[in-house]
Order: sequence, then structure tokens, then C-alpha cells
Amino acid sequence: MENITHTIQTVPLNHYILLSAIIFAIGVTGVLIRRNAIVIFMSVELMLNAVNLLLTAFSAYRGDASGQVFVFFVMALAAAEVAVGLAIIVMIYRNTNSIDINVLNRLKW
Amino acid sequence: MSTFYVIAFLSIVFSLLVIFAKNPVHSVLYLILTFFTFTIHYILLNAQFLAVVNFIVYMGAIMVLFLFVMMLLNLNKDTEPGKHYLVKIAGVVAGGCLLVTIVASVKALGKSQPIILENTNLGLVKNLGKVLFGEFLLPFEVSSVLLLSAMLGAVLLAKKEPKTA
Repeated sequence: MENITHTIQTVPLNHYILLSAIIFAIGVTGVLIRRNAIVIFMSVELMLNAVNLLLTAFSAYRGDASGQVFVFFVMALAAAEVAVGLAIIVMIYRNTNSIDINVLNRLKW
Repeated sequence: MSTFYVIAFLSIVFSLLVIFAKNPVHSVLYLILTFFTFTIHYILLNAQFLAVVNFIVYMGAIMVLFLFVMMLLNLNKDTEPGKHYLVKIAGVVAGGCLLVTIVASVKALGKSQPIILENTNLGLVKNLGKVLFGEFLLPFEVSSVLLLSAMLGAVLLAKKEPKTA
């Protein structure tokens, strides 16, 4: 316990913000450049996890447990999103035999 | 101190590999490694409950779900056609612009204080449980409704197919 406390006392909060920003930008890039629907889902998961890490860092910085409770809620949301989203992807694959985003243009008006 | 930077470097490398791997199955495996580095981050921040939940929920449940769907769909044969380089370059430029904006705004804040843990049992189950079931009881119950509706939605989506076919 003492060791862990000693470790993080030398890491500035800015570095956690920068790490989260980099991971979030990687997630955004993944959503933009990939055409496989499942990989796009995984990029969304990356973005959610970047936010989780930042919330935890802020929670430790402020000494307030609310941030870690928010992370718990974000995880519940991600689980629900993955369950419904993957079901939708499986349905789309059954109907069109593809999960390429460029083929899925039936929702356009 | 150096532990954080090594793990941060690893998480950036693995998340880059997630979006640039050709094979979707490799993407899932790299995503598992990325989540493992996040678990180490949580341990370093002394958020032990979140570390365990992250390990169980993400690396256990969600990743198995991803792999299962990927194997079910049998996507290995139709890999992504790497033709539209223009779209890829535009996506990378857009993500880079977002990153530069955030980094510049963080830089404008100036130097920050290091993280100091005043309350070392902040992330323990005992402490978090008190906050979760006291102050955040209503959001907790609402999230249970959310999970129930997600479960119902998934079951309905899966059951509808034989009727229409």
C-alpha cells in the first residue's frame, strides 16, 4: 500500500489527462477509418475506457469517491451497449451477409 | 514514477494496434491487452474495486462476447478492402486534429500538481459501497432498469428472426 502511494505521488495530473486524450483520439480515429462494424464498436469501448481512467485519476486527485462510482455506471452502460449492439450487428449480418459499414446505407434518407 | 510511464506507453501502443490491425480477431486480442494495462493503471491509482471490476467485466465478459460474435459471423475470409486511402488519411487527420486541440488546451492550463492520495482506502469496496448505496442509490436502481431493458432488447432482437423468415 505504501509503495503504490509513493509511486503515484510523482505523477502529475496533467499526464493522466494527456494519456486519456491520446487514447480517446485513437478511439475517434478508429471509428473514422475502420469499416468493420465490430471494430468500430471496439473503438467506442476504447473511448469509454479513456474517460474511465480520467474519472479515476480525478477521483484520486480530489480524494472524492464519486468519480469511481461514475466509472461503475459507465461500465454498466458499456455492458448494455455491447449486448444490444452486438445483437443488432448479428441481425444485420443475417439479413445482408455483411457487416461492412459502407454496405449498411439503408438507414439513409 | 517510471511504472506509470511504461504502462502508459504500452496502453498507447496496444490501442494503436487495435485500430490498425488487419484481422479483426487480432484487434480483439490487442483490446484485451489494452484493458489489462488499464487495470494496472487502476491498481496504481489505488482503485482496487475498479481494477477487479474492469478485469472481470471487460476482459472476462465483454471480450468473450466480442470474440464469440466474431467467430459466429466467420469474418476471417472477407477482410476489409484497403482501397479507400483518402478516407483513411482524412480519418487520421481528423483524429490528429482532435488530439492536438485537447493537448494544446491542456498545455494552456500550465503545470499541475502531482496526485497525492490523502485517503488511501478511497477505492476499497467498503468505502465505495457506502457512497454507492447512500448518495447514488437512485442512479444505481435506474442502471438496473437499463440493464434489464438491454437484456430484453437483445432477446427480442434474437427471437424475431424465425417469425419473419
